[in-house]
Amino acid sequence: MSEQPAATTEHPVAAWSEDDLGVEGRVLDVVRAPAVVLSTVGEPVDPCSPDSVQLAADLVATMRVSPGCVGLAAPQVGVSAQMFCVDVSEHPKTRGHHGTFVLCNAEVVASSRNEKAREGCMSVPDLTGDVKRASRLTVRGRLPGTGEEVEIETSAFEARALQHEIDHCQGLLFVDRAAGAHAIYSRKTYL
Amino acid sequence: MSTDPAAPTSLHAVTVLGHDRPGIIAEATGRLAELGLNLEDSSMTLLRGHFAMTLVCAGPVRALEIEQALAPLTGDGTLTVTVRDVPDEHAQSHHTGSGWVLTVHGGDRAGIVSAVVGRVAEVGGNITDLTTRLAGELYLLIAEIDLPADADVAALERAIGDAATGLGVGATLRAVEADEL
Repeated sequence: MSEQPAATTEHPVAAWSEDDLGVEGRVLDVVRAPAVVLSTVGEPVDPCSPDSVQLAADLVATMRVSPGCVGLAAPQVGVSAQMFCVDVSEHPKTRGHHGTFVLCNAEVVASSRNEKAREGCMSVPDLTGDVKRASRLTVRGRLPGTGEEVEIETSAFEARALQHEIDHCQGLLFVDRAAGAHAIYSRKTYL
Repeated sequence: MSTDPAAPTSLHAVTVLGHDRPGIIAEATGRLAELGLNLEDSSMTLLRGHFAMTLVCAGPVRALEIEQALAPLTGDGTLTVTVRDVPDEHAQSHHTGSGWVLTVHGGDRAGIVSAVVGRVAEVGGNITDLTTRLAGELYLLIAEIDLPADADVAALERAIGDAATGLGVGATLRAVEADEL
């Protein structure tokens, strides 16, 4: 090869693609509350295992076919595991982003600047709620397939999405973080 | 109260109003549970320190029976309980409009709420949630509003702004949309 691929200078998360997994993702059913799996702390995963690689591909495939979906966590497809995918690149509120990626065993390393916003979730389709989340965030996790440990610094909408998905992996829904007794609303779907 | 004792309606709106004290909700919901009623939606807050709760519960129990079961709550004369049968109104899952939050705040005076929400009603806007508070001299109103798809939002903003200016208060109308995560 005569040219150095541009991706080598990119952040490993931004450079990641589901094509790296080498398996076809399957579209899975999204489970809804009160499914017990949504309130169960997910098991840590071996990011290099074939099951994890397949789950990662499945999560991305399921996110892709779900309109407006910017993230999906394993418990939402009925698997009690600490893995999720995110892609906020097309969302109007996005500032910076890292494209499509999957993280295993992710944890928040640092967070600051809480902001309140209204969230909805495919697993709680009839409600929305005001939730305070950090708008500056550092997350550490492992990429599926290689198992490489990565750290992401992000902000704004991607930061919110990451916290929402990490919560799913810990058995928490946005309603667990409602800003108050009157901060949960009936879903309104505007056509 | 059900008119046909053989076929009582299954949905009941219960209100409990009056002097606040610990244990009102526990007692009221305990008595409803004993009747086998299922709490569907409820809302409770303190209004100027007064306990104010409305709940909608379901079950094949007559309103009179519920009133009798809750009667001990009113024993000391500081709480009022009402029970009404209500029709089953399924929340609309699809609206052909948009969601907004209206905030009004300023010095307290009579007529703030009616003047401002009157502008909303004129364009067919529906208030789905409302809180007003008086804290010292500060009056605050926050309302969740559904506006029809054909509402002229800019014109409504001007109308609300004019009403607010006339009252010497500030008003903000902002779109509210949940982020799908």
